[in-house]
Amino acid sequence: MNDIPLTHILFLSTALFFIGIYGLFTRRNMITMLMSVELILNSVNINFVAFNKWLFPNSLDGIFFTIFVITIAAAEAAVAIAIIINLYRSHHSIDVEDASELKY
Amino acid sequence: MSATAIIFYAISAFILGTGILAVTTRKIFRSAIWLLFSLIGIAALYFLLQVEFIAAVQIIVYVGGIVVLIIFSIFLTQKSGDEMPKPIRSRSLFSAIAAILGFAFTTNLIAHYGFNELSNTPFAFDISKIGLQMLSTTEHGYILPFELVSILLLAAMIGCIVIAIKVKPEEKK
Repeated sequence: MNDIPLTHILFLSTALFFIGIYGLFTRRNMITMLMSVELILNSVNINFVAFNKWLFPNSLDGIFFTIFVITIAAAEAAVAIAIIINLYRSHHSIDVEDASELKY
Repeated sequence: MSATAIIFYAISAFILGTGILAVTTRKIFRSAIWLLFSLIGIAALYFLLQVEFIAAVQIIVYVGGIVVLIIFSIFLTQKSGDEMPKPIRSRSLFSAIAAILGFAFTTNLIAHYGFNELSNTPFAFDISKIGLQMLSTTEHGYILPFELVSILLLAAMIGCIVIAIKVKPEEKK
């Protein structure tokens, strides 16, 4: 396993992070924006595991942070989807451009 | 180039390809399915990195939980066969420029940083060690974040029920 340098895993997670950023910028549908956020959180998890494995192989802190990030991502997705469904009930659209009542 | 490296680059290409398809395809249901493949690829990467516990959690929580939740919310709110409107050309152009510039900047930083890797120490642990450290109250224990996360999950569960509950018209005053 150690014939792969750490930097290549970091390149992978950086690319995944900016794919998520691109999706967050271009999409205007709330569900697809949520999917982009999931991609970003996953790239962070890859970073935690890779740093734990390559730089600090004697401790487990990266593993714990990954577990907590996954848990909080699950809670965040559940709350976000409840808000999206409620917004769809009142506005019949989940486009972020249509949800502008708090703007002014 | 060893077999591990070849498998790693294949998995990386799979993750990035399906990730790009997930953020660019215009049918929302296909987007969710590409996201599913991307998350499975990340789980495969965790298996390759020999963190089997995280890989199992990734499959259970992301693939079995979040993606299914997203697919259900697509069914509840969208016509899943329809194509989404095309993003404005200038917006997608500038987003792509921002993403590519950020990627170039960050990879440049990473490539020139120089990590001191401890490649001689093997990274091996049993799952019981995770459980013991997670619930220990000593110096490196994680009992406090564990309890905080459990309260957060309870709050999220109650919050979801309160937000998504349907108010009957006769109960409204």
